[in-house]
Amino acid sequence: MLLSLKIGGVAVLGALPVAFLLAWILARIRFPGRFLLDGLVHLPLVLPPVVTGWLLLIAFGAHGPAGRFLSDVFGISLLFRWTGAALAAAIMALPLMVRAIRLSIEAVDRRLEGAARTLGASPLRTFLTITLPLSMPGVLAGAVLGFARSIGEFGATITFVSNIPGETRTLPIAIYSALQIPGSEHAVARLALIAVALSLGAVILSEFLARRGRNAERIGHVL
Amino acid sequence: MSFEVDIHRRVGERTIAARFEAGEGITALFGPSGIGKTSILTMIAGLLRPDGGRIAVNGQTLFDDEAGIDLPPEKRRIGYVFQDARLFPHKRVRANLLYGYDLAPPEARWMSMDEATSFLGIAPLLDRWPRSLSGGEARRVAIGRALLSGPRFLLMDEPLSSLDSARRDEIMTVIERIRDEVKLPILYVSHDRDEIDRLANTVITLGT
Repeated sequence: MLLSLKIGGVAVLGALPVAFLLAWILARIRFPGRFLLDGLVHLPLVLPPVVTGWLLLIAFGAHGPAGRFLSDVFGISLLFRWTGAALAAAIMALPLMVRAIRLSIEAVDRRLEGAARTLGASPLRTFLTITLPLSMPGVLAGAVLGFARSIGEFGATITFVSNIPGETRTLPIAIYSALQIPGSEHAVARLALIAVALSLGAVILSEFLARRGRNAERIGHVL
Repeated sequence: MSFEVDIHRRVGERTIAARFEAGEGITALFGPSGIGKTSILTMIAGLLRPDGGRIAVNGQTLFDDEAGIDLPPEKRRIGYVFQDARLFPHKRVRANLLYGYDLAPPEARWMSMDEATSFLGIAPLLDRWPRSLSGGEARRVAIGRALLSGPRFLLMDEPLSSLDSARRDEIMTVIERIRDEVKLPILYVSHDRDEIDRLANTVITLGT
């Protein structure tokens, strides 16, 4: 349970800058190959999670290119570690986060950015003082959704880092394991209840943040 | 001469072109809607790149395609009062006013926050959010924000549009005081003849 929260938290914090960068590129830059990038970002959403997990296994395994790089340079391996579970969760959460953030960046009135420029703000300052705060509701909503998605991740995680108690046994994997043992209906029910509560809370919170963002537009408050 | 402008840009099927020089006081760009008056202002401000030509203010070249000069908007020191006030919705009036003031080098500023708020009568609005302001109030705050950024000249795009006649009078008085007391050169866009007759020293009529 705590492990799930830790994995979900690390996954979202790690994925957030990447998701924001991707969302910004997709929202603002027109370049050839944009549709390919869009497709790649969305791939984990439509691919069977087992396939994503297997691809991660290939890439980050002892002989995979990314795995070899990590073990040569940093002497670490993600395989069968909670960090690997966080990576799988982050990749699975990325599409949802990019979608939410991209919508909020597209909703920022670019003419406000022009106004900031005429008042003496450099492009970077304009981004930090206008674009970023105005897209913040979407960023927070994306983070909450991504967190819920991370906690629920099962297929890619179990394929990539297996099912190790205390290391990679996240909430859904714990439920699955308990189901394998006869007479553990109470344990399953308890875990499932936790999962429902967490997911429901996340959806309500993300909806609340998105609504608050829209209100901010209307009455001029901001988070 | 304050402004020297000679620019052109293709927008879709038409070409927007303008060539004029303007001196002290208010220079009005006059012409029917849709002729590209706003595009000309955005090109002078540096938000839209002309296809070619030259823009200079007080002898300093802001844009010259042959010489390869194209200063970014933040280096042009222009105050732009947009048609739709365009206040930052996530900042209170005070923070909107101080946005350009804080970014201007101290020697470039020529008006203090207190001067601006009393000049425009917006002191009671400082803690309000832009969305709660009336059209006339938002317009005055937008003018204050532009003045506080320490500009060398002002661009005003239909600053009286969609205001009732009492508000129009109020804003016109403010503009006349900028012209007469602050002596800031203003390039003023409008399609309203009466407005221009009252305010402008020079009128440039844009034809088709």
